[in-house]
Amino acid sequence: MTLISLWYGQNHGLLPTAASSDAGDVDQLFNFMMTIATGLFLLVEGVLVYSVIKFRRVKGDFTDGPPIEGNVPLEIVWTAIPTVIVFILSIYSFEIYNRMGGLDPMTAGDPGPQMAHAHHHSQLVALDPNRQNIALGLGASPDSKQGINPLEIKVNGIQYAWVFTYPETGVISGEIHVPVNRPVALNMTAGDVIHAFWLPEFRIKQDVIPGRVTNLVFTPNQIGQYPVVCAELCGAYHGGMKTQLYVQSEEDYQKWIQENTFAMNDEDNQSVAMNPIPSSDAEFLAPYAKDMGVSSDTLAQLKPTENK
Amino acid sequence: MSTTLERNAPIAPPEYEQHPKRKWQDYFGFSTDHKVIGIQYLVTAFFFYFIGGALAEVMRTELSTPDPDFVQPEFYNQLLTMHGTIMLFLWIIPAGAAFANYLIPLMIGAEDMAFPRLNAVAFWMIPPGGILLMSSFFNGAPQAGWTSYPPLSLISGKSGEEIWILSILILGTSSMFGAINFVTTILLMRMPDMDIHSMPLFCWSMLATSGLILLGTPVLGAALILLSFDLLAGTAFFNPAGGGDPIVYQHMFWFYSHPAVYIMILPFFGAISEILPVHARKPVFGYRAIAYSSLAISFLGLIVWAHHMFSSGTPGWLRMFFMATTMIIAVPTGIKVFSWCATIWGGKLSLNSAFIFAVGFLSSFLIGGLSGVMLAAVPFDIHVHDTYFIVAHFHYVLFGGSVFGLFAAVYHWFPKMTGRMVNETLGRIHFAMTFIGFNITFLPMHQLGLQGMNRRIALYDPQFQTLNMVCTIGSYILALSTFPFIINIIWSLYKGEKAGRNPWRALTLEWQTASPPIIENFEEEPVLWAGPYDYGIDTETIDGNEDVEDMLAAVSAEG
Ligand code: HEM
Ligand SMILES: [Cu+2]
Ligand SMILES: [Cu+2]
Repeated sequence: MTLISLWYGQNHGLLPTAASSDAGDVDQLFNFMMTIATGLFLLVEGVLVYSVIKFRRVKGDFTDGPPIEGNVPLEIVWTAIPTVIVFILSIYSFEIYNRMGGLDPMTAGDPGPQMAHAHHHSQLVALDPNRQNIALGLGASPDSKQGINPLEIKVNGIQYAWVFTYPETGVISGEIHVPVNRPVALNMTAGDVIHAFWLPEFRIKQDVIPGRVTNLVFTPNQIGQYPVVCAELCGAYHGGMKTQLYVQSEEDYQKWIQENTFAMNDEDNQSVAMNPIPSSDAEFLAPYAKDMGVSSDTLAQLKPTENK
Repeated sequence: MSTTLERNAPIAPPEYEQHPKRKWQDYFGFSTDHKVIGIQYLVTAFFFYFIGGALAEVMRTELSTPDPDFVQPEFYNQLLTMHGTIMLFLWIIPAGAAFANYLIPLMIGAEDMAFPRLNAVAFWMIPPGGILLMSSFFNGAPQAGWTSYPPLSLISGKSGEEIWILSILILGTSSMFGAINFVTTILLMRMPDMDIHSMPLFCWSMLATSGLILLGTPVLGAALILLSFDLLAGTAFFNPAGGGDPIVYQHMFWFYSHPAVYIMILPFFGAISEILPVHARKPVFGYRAIAYSSLAISFLGLIVWAHHMFSSGTPGWLRMFFMATTMIIAVPTGIKVFSWCATIWGGKLSLNSAFIFAVGFLSSFLIGGLSGVMLAAVPFDIHVHDTYFIVAHFHYVLFGGSVFGLFAAVYHWFPKMTGRMVNETLGRIHFAMTFIGFNITFLPMHQLGLQGMNRRIALYDPQFQTLNMVCTIGSYILALSTFPFIINIIWSLYKGEKAGRNPWRALTLEWQTASPPIIENFEEEPVLWAGPYDYGIDTETIDGNEDVEDMLAAVSAEG
């Protein structure tokens, strides 16, 4: 039984690729829990199946079973075992959570709720300069390479699209491109209702909340294309609120930035309309685009002022 | 000893024939008899269960393909919201109240509830509340999910949302009236000989449930009233557009709604603790451990609510606090599961419908409990929150736990309520179909969630189609499984074998009066001549039953 649990805990094949080292940590935790859960599952189901077969009442036997009302040592044991298990699990989870940067108070401050208004976005996204509050979301891992300064990206969630702004270069896009092995810091907010930014392959998720800034910091370590999914009910087309995250080599990433900066300078304010939502998403949503009411107008309206 | 009960019945003259009987009209009127009210609750709850189930089948049909082609996404969200709301507030909670109403006075040897009128009022708030909620379908049903988070709930249809708020307020008030009755009755109206540690475990679990209802529901009420102001009067308690904080709503909502999940499961924990010993012919294993763990669960249940908000606006240290408290709840829950397993171990099990549903409860609830502990681990919950993993988890708890427990309770107490036995063959078919359908529907959802399928969506990524198809097929089996049940109930009601007082040879007091019980419950003061679970203790009487008869004679001479 132990062997089955150990084997299944490692080989359940239930999780998608892990595209960052934090994701690997989370998977370790899950595998560990899966091992314990499989063990307990087999134990209890085994007892049930065995009892139902073995202790069936013989026809015509109307006597009672043995009058056992309890067994204190046994009860102590099965109180103690789960206590120990959840204690270990808590410590282990805490450790992993800390490694993911969940307790990093310096990443960003939560300025608390602010007025959410479509025309005050620049103010809204601004971080609390004093940083006296604790971050909402995940910060930088304490053991991440301190030398590399993270790539900052602003994320805005609106019904039913994601808008990414690269403050360094002024690029605005409906899909997100990041270079491999460099920490990425997302400063996120929402324009209308609550959404949630989820990267299944990175095992991270954070609600984006109108009137508040939340953060996610992660370091992709595998080149590839990954889905970005909205994971908080945000209206009828919530299921269609998706885009792609491209983890690219440094060169490819620079090329992409360049192309897009070009486009921005060329067409100035038209730039947003040029790349409203990624093509894959656009195809996916094409039949519903009209009902959804995401238009280039909406996007243009969200264009932050500092990019003029 | 237990055989004596049956032999005892014919000795006592069938007095109940002289007692006035309930007419069928009584069940449609304002009756203050807790037994009538209990059955009113139960039938009403089943009525809404079938509606909620039908909505679920429409959703599953929609989800058999990735495109929203069967229903429009907007309508899907309405179905979703109504399904969740109906299943929780009009099915599971009233069904728990149904058994509490029916059983508590009988189990503690009382004539009725402490406040019979309040009790009737509590029931009669449910049909209007339910009809009000259903009426929203004509005018744009609510579509912000059963959680109704602002700001979404403030901008997706005023009338539907307001109707939702009003009906939840009505149903919540009803549930509080019920709870006041349960606590008072259990604490003050037990027969003189019954101290609190010889009361059936179902009463303990209702004590824990009622405490949660009384503490939690007012907070939900407050949240909904404020939400209503935001919706109608344009205030900004929760609306960020006016400087409000939507996260405060989430805290208030879950302060009630996490305890609410225990409100939905504890009554059935209680029922299981009654059913297993009777059909295993063994005392319940660890009476005090089970009783106190109910209280522990309800206390801890009050301080874990933010585990529903790990990925929302909850700072890191708070996440860690709620992770710890949530993990600890696994301990009292584990105690219960182990105690139940030990109860059936070495017994003499009758594998009748009630018992197999109870075992089905144990085996499915186990899965929900194990995935629940996983969800307490913050780093993992961050990945699967708001995905199909969660949908799988809470259906394992609510369906695999509460609903299986509920069916076990229906089969177990049907003879008491109607005086007739159920058809065991149909009952077993019902169990097999439910159990198989349930696992096919909900087991694959764990994988869907882990792989990246978010919940509350009408359109999804085509890579998930195969598993969704499996889930949909499972849900059709589940739908079909209700037919043997309905046929069984109707057939047994008219043609079932007569039950007698105590067909299961059980020891709790409700089995010591007629089936169905006479209007005043007991012909004379009931006698507490055995603990609720003293199976197998008085072994001599199995052959010669003088002991108990002497005892009874002595007691009635006294009385
Ligand atoms: C007939 C079997 C059932 C089926 C096929 C079924 C199916 C579903 C489906 C497809 C969803 C939507 C999931 C999503 O998109 O997030 C859902 C949600 C839900 N179900 Fe069920 N369900 C069933 C029974 C139950 C029962 C018995 C309960 C409670 C006692 C229940 C409680 C809920 C709740 C609370 C939700 C969440 C609604 C929300 O997200 O607002 N379901 N169910
Ligand atoms: Cu969404
Ligand atoms: Cu909870």
